[in-house]
Amino acid sequence: MALAPTLPRRRPLPTPAGTARAARRRAALHWVAVHSTAVAAALFFLLPFVFVFLTSVMTDHQALTSDLWPQHWQWSNYGKVWHTPGFLTWWRNTLLYATLGTVLTVVSSLPVAYALAKFRFRGRNLALMAVVAMMMLPPQVTVVPMYLFWAKQLHLTGSLWPLIIPMAFGDAFTIFLLRQFLLTIPKEYVEAARIDGCGELRTLLRVVLPMAKPAIAAVALFQFFSCWNDYFGPQIYASENPDAWTLSYGLESFKGAHHTNWNLTMAATLLVLAPVIVLFFFAQRAFVEGVTLTGVKG
Amino acid sequence: MALVNSALPPALRRKRRRERARTLAFLSPWLVGFGVFFLYPLVSTVYFSFMHYDGFAAPTFAGLQNWDYVFTKYPFFWQGLGNTLWLVVVMVSLRVLFGLGIGMLVTKVKSGSGFFRTAFYLPYLAPPVAATMAFAFLLNPGTGPVNHLLGELGLPQPGWFTDPSWSKPALTLLAMWGIGDLMVIFMAALLDVPAEQYEAAELDGAGSFQRFRYVTLPNISPIVVFAVVTGVIQAMQYYTQAIVAGKVASGVIGGSGQQFEPGYPHGSTWTLPQMVYSLGFQRFDTGSACVVAVILFALSMAFTGVLLRRKSGFLAED
Repeated sequence: MALAPTLPRRRPLPTPAGTARAARRRAALHWVAVHSTAVAAALFFLLPFVFVFLTSVMTDHQALTSDLWPQHWQWSNYGKVWHTPGFLTWWRNTLLYATLGTVLTVVSSLPVAYALAKFRFRGRNLALMAVVAMMMLPPQVTVVPMYLFWAKQLHLTGSLWPLIIPMAFGDAFTIFLLRQFLLTIPKEYVEAARIDGCGELRTLLRVVLPMAKPAIAAVALFQFFSCWNDYFGPQIYASENPDAWTLSYGLESFKGAHHTNWNLTMAATLLVLAPVIVLFFFAQRAFVEGVTLTGVKG
Repeated sequence: MALVNSALPPALRRKRRRERARTLAFLSPWLVGFGVFFLYPLVSTVYFSFMHYDGFAAPTFAGLQNWDYVFTKYPFFWQGLGNTLWLVVVMVSLRVLFGLGIGMLVTKVKSGSGFFRTAFYLPYLAPPVAATMAFAFLLNPGTGPVNHLLGELGLPQPGWFTDPSWSKPALTLLAMWGIGDLMVIFMAALLDVPAEQYEAAELDGAGSFQRFRYVTLPNISPIVVFAVVTGVIQAMQYYTQAIVAGKVASGVIGGSGQQFEPGYPHGSTWTLPQMVYSLGFQRFDTGSACVVAVILFALSMAFTGVLLRRKSGFLAED
């Protein structure tokens, strides 16, 4: 008893066997509760994919009913969608838009992000604020004058160029994310390279670039996905010319043409979705890291 | 500054000049982009908001007529603003709460966490048009699987995208399906909370709610602010899902002849960005479209200001 005051008061007393069993039972219940919630959530997230897939292989007739399970697995629906006039064109356009857009964005944004992260110059904070303002700007704010600019000055509407060309001049979101990452590279590396006589461009390409590979992969993926998913841009600039449509824009018109055929529409939906999912499984790491990057400095 | 500069030895001054040229060179792509794709159209939007212009005849000065038209005569302005604010308040808060909940769930899962993470994340990747089409099918009132299941369970079967009082909740459901981005951000933040703090709280006898309230929440509050502000910005831009859902549910798809009036049903999914599109590109009323664009700009920058003002370290140096 004399020792009691010196013991930390909060320490739990030695547990008798009964309490330990209760604790174990509580832990088991907790495990079940957590995992059954997780299973319910997984159903919410995954069942839509399942229903979409099941409908996509139904016959035209069955797709009009409220059946959930296909009677005949009509795989030819996918062939039908694939051979829809225009589908391959949309596919090619989307790929061109996303690939070219991603390459241009990364090449033009990296030096800007590097300058904002590692150079000291007057107006740097102002420039940074401008980047953030650009990042937050809804595209609809500037779309009217931009459309007039591309239509009347450059006569490039009816194509995807009004969407691709601006990406050669840096993308605010990419600049911002890359800067956030480049800040984490210790300046000793950069200084050491300078002392070794590297110019800034050499430092960027030989020293910083290899270290920034994961971040570059992440922003490239983001950009690729945002081009792939873009609907507003193609709707504004490409809708007047079906040869310039992208998958996202074409998918909608596909629904128009196959008004009542949910099976074909869902097959087309899955064909638009599939490449994104496949790409994700190949680059899962980079992607999740990238999403975290957007929030790290939050 | 000039005085200090001229007092420098010439070699140093030359170095300064070289550094400035180098900085300019690195920034140049973006400086051009900022001028041509941000400043110019922004100034131009403000300019056109005071002009009559149909895209063909030369613009003529309109004074405040467009502004007056949008605020007092255009019948759909207040409805669109109201819907946008509904999305900002309801959709954003539900998404943040749900994202936090799913993030916490994923950190607690012991078995199969890889599977659950992927499952929860996957819908976020679905292209918005594809996801909206999928939901338009799942939630279609006639033969959709969701109402089919609700019917089996004896529950009411709402009209979802075809019912004005259910269309925004349906869009919110779609937004919650794609919660993956918030889940990952919250998950990372939750894993960063120091474990000692939980242990200390537990020794103090704190229950699980108190642990959440006094340990978890203070630690992740910057991320919550980040999620709210970026969510608000996204809600202000909310366009694709609303317009596609309206088109599919109404059965009117643009293109050949038919023109779709966004906002179906009864303007319940009609938002500010769609207003810019409809006024500018369907009615060729450039002036009024630019008025709405300026309002959209002002609202977005107000919210961005909140983000930058906070000492949340959003722009932290290191």
